[in-house]
Amino acid sequence: MRRWFRALLVLALAAPFLAACDGSAKPPSHLSRGPGKPACGDTLVEGTIGEPSNLIPILASDSASFDVAALVYNGLLKYDKNMNLVGDLAQSWEVSPDGLVITFHLRRGVKWHDGGDFTSRDVLYTYRVTIDPKTPTAYAEDFKQIKKAETPDPHTFRVTYGRPFAPALASWGMPILPAHLLEGKDITKSPLSRNPVGTGPYRFKEWIAGQKVVLESFHTYFEGRPFIDRYVYRIIPDPSTMYMELKAGGLDMMSLTPVQYKRQTETPEFTSRFNKYRYPSSTYVYLGYNLRNPLFTDKRVRRAITSAISKDEIIQGALLGMGQAAHGPYKPGAWQYNSTVKDFGFNPEKARTLLAEAGWKRGSDGMLVKDGRPFRFTVLTNQGNEQRLKTAQIIQQRLKKIGIDVKIRVLEWSSFITHFIDKRNFEAVILAWTITQDPDIYDVWHSTKTGPKELNFINFRNAEVDRLLEEGRRTFDREKRKKCYYRIQEILVEEQPYTFLYVPDALPVVSARFRGIEPAPAGISYNFIRWYVPKEEQVYK
Amino acid sequence: MITYLAKRILMLIPLLFGITLITFAVIHLAPGEPVDMQISMSPKVSAEARQRIREFYGLDKPLHVQYVQWLGRMARLDFGRSFAPDNRPVTDKIAERIPITLSLNIVALILEFGLALPIGILAAVRRDTLLDKGITVFVFVGFAVPTFWLALLLMYFFGVKLGWLPISGIHSLGSDRLGPAAWFLDMMKHLVLPIGVMTFGSLAGLSRYMRSSMLEVIRQDYITTARAKGLPERTVILRHALRNALLPVITFLGFSLPGLIGGSVIFETIFAIPGMGQLFYQGVMMRDYPLIMGILVIGAFLTLIGNLLADICYSIADPRIRHGRT
Repeated sequence: MRRWFRALLVLALAAPFLAACDGSAKPPSHLSRGPGKPACGDTLVEGTIGEPSNLIPILASDSASFDVAALVYNGLLKYDKNMNLVGDLAQSWEVSPDGLVITFHLRRGVKWHDGGDFTSRDVLYTYRVTIDPKTPTAYAEDFKQIKKAETPDPHTFRVTYGRPFAPALASWGMPILPAHLLEGKDITKSPLSRNPVGTGPYRFKEWIAGQKVVLESFHTYFEGRPFIDRYVYRIIPDPSTMYMELKAGGLDMMSLTPVQYKRQTETPEFTSRFNKYRYPSSTYVYLGYNLRNPLFTDKRVRRAITSAISKDEIIQGALLGMGQAAHGPYKPGAWQYNSTVKDFGFNPEKARTLLAEAGWKRGSDGMLVKDGRPFRFTVLTNQGNEQRLKTAQIIQQRLKKIGIDVKIRVLEWSSFITHFIDKRNFEAVILAWTITQDPDIYDVWHSTKTGPKELNFINFRNAEVDRLLEEGRRTFDREKRKKCYYRIQEILVEEQPYTFLYVPDALPVVSARFRGIEPAPAGISYNFIRWYVPKEEQVYK
Repeated sequence: MITYLAKRILMLIPLLFGITLITFAVIHLAPGEPVDMQISMSPKVSAEARQRIREFYGLDKPLHVQYVQWLGRMARLDFGRSFAPDNRPVTDKIAERIPITLSLNIVALILEFGLALPIGILAAVRRDTLLDKGITVFVFVGFAVPTFWLALLLMYFFGVKLGWLPISGIHSLGSDRLGPAAWFLDMMKHLVLPIGVMTFGSLAGLSRYMRSSMLEVIRQDYITTARAKGLPERTVILRHALRNALLPVITFLGFSLPGLIGGSVIFETIFAIPGMGQLFYQGVMMRDYPLIMGILVIGAFLTLIGNLLADICYSIADPRIRHGRT
């Protein structure tokens, strides 16, 4: 459910949003072109590789759908630019001392795009439809912890949990759906999936299949009218084409690849027309070991492999430096990130010693052998991701130097998951996880989640981690919660069930005519409604 | 003639049936399920959620039950709803993409024939001259150059460097506010590059075919006769030779019919054209069974119709076929 937030960040507002189109906003001063005067108007055209699938967010799982939904809908809560939870559709909220009851006081006077009033009935409906077994959604899990949901009055919503559940607050960032348009109907066949109605800063205008999705600013948005009048997502499936469109002026915003960021956009002509941004994205890439496999049951072997791999080399080679080394499952800089925990760094000598201790001896050909069997394994990764393939190749080279023979196999996504991950039929994989804002990582690391099709597919079992994960979910106090996750990070570094590799950087580029962009830990999109183009520079009328 | 036609049409039914059975089996043999794409790699999707999605699509039923259900819907011309998260009727998804693919392919086909035939004739008439060799090199370059590479170069040159042509898509932003003429012109500008590259790549096949067919006819005695009675060369070639040389080319056209609804994934991806190729590719990648089956059945049906039309044309041209072996 935390995935919502990745998308929802886009919605967040900057500071009090009192400025309107009259130009009373205080413009930022860091821009080379001069800030100009805030004005309403113009269109932002963003390029997207994938087409959204469904604009009712609980039915979608792709980032393109969430990007659009983020501008159309609101949740009860959201993350601000510094990644703190703040009210969105909820004005305020209270958690009962025992942590079981959360009461949300909803914002008054909020309207749906079709003019209907937003009330607690909408929230109740969203909750009910999400946990309805007939709804094919992937996001019911967090809401199933709820024992009772009530609406004492149209502006209050109260939920009671069976046990204290700390990720609960974050889960209420889920976009709220309009009950008056959906209640009593089959949500899977609703026209809203292609013609959404929300409460957000932009209202849906049109969607031309395979070409574009157009949004228009919602003038009576409760945080004020956004400056940019239209938001257009153009669907361009090929990254090279997209980049040419950007240069030709057909796009205002896109995500660059590391090569484009570093090698192709350094010309004065480009930098005068575009601003590039760079910040850590919310994913980490890892090398995961199948802990059922006798090769990897010995902790020393896993530690040896980590020591033999140079993360910096991978970041340079696969990402041209556009990323940072990962040492655990959290994003550097987040409150749950334990910056004192680092793994052992690149040290092939240490790797050799560890492997020798574990009983691996060098054979005549320089490769490691134990009980007559050579140290050989296959790394699987998914097709269509150049960076992961390069990562695998660099690891292959490094491990060869200490006598381990690695083979690489690239698989199409669907068969990769069904035949290899689900059947636990792999030795090692290179994959990535989304980093959620809430630190709860129960489903990936708890020993009860090792069943078929569950996410702890490497079969990691550690009693202390289990206990800490339980405790972390039941504790609302951030300082106490932090202790749990700090300790988990220490254990993961010690155990090395994954070799955590890197957190790649997000590399968005935006036309220089857009002002008001203020990079923050949450990225750049969180204050989109405060972006503007000075009147004289506006391109689209 | 009527019995012949009836026989041919009746034959289509078992053929269509066989095609659906084989495609259904093959699609389901491919590893993986639609659910895999939707859950991707999010730490928040439980096994139960996955089960729920499987049941929703009816994937928990045995394969033969799924096939019979699908067949039952097909009999009522219901292609079902897509397994993609949008859950839209398959017919809607195909209907919104077929016009652009169809019109693009028709224009490209007309251009291909319009260019390849004269080129082939010219090459045949001026056999072994520098012109013939030049043409050969030209069409084979078009055949051999990777289209995506050529497309990218042209996009860069005409779109970014010169700024003459739009790079991708089929309409400019705001084109809906233009008048009909300006709107059409805008669309044409967008299609210059894709159609140009497409045609260039396909010239080789047809023009070589035309050339050899023409050469064969020119060697015939009646051409010599025509020349002998003093007809101008122009008349000899265009009136007498061409007519006969065109016959095999017309069957070539018949075979192009099913190809009209198929799009090229590479093409459509590079030029961001929302056509059938992309739709089918996405369908396969996410194991969207109803969509794949829908497109394949329509394709198979068109192929069969194309063959039928070709047969009918033959039988009109050649009475021996019409009356069965007599």
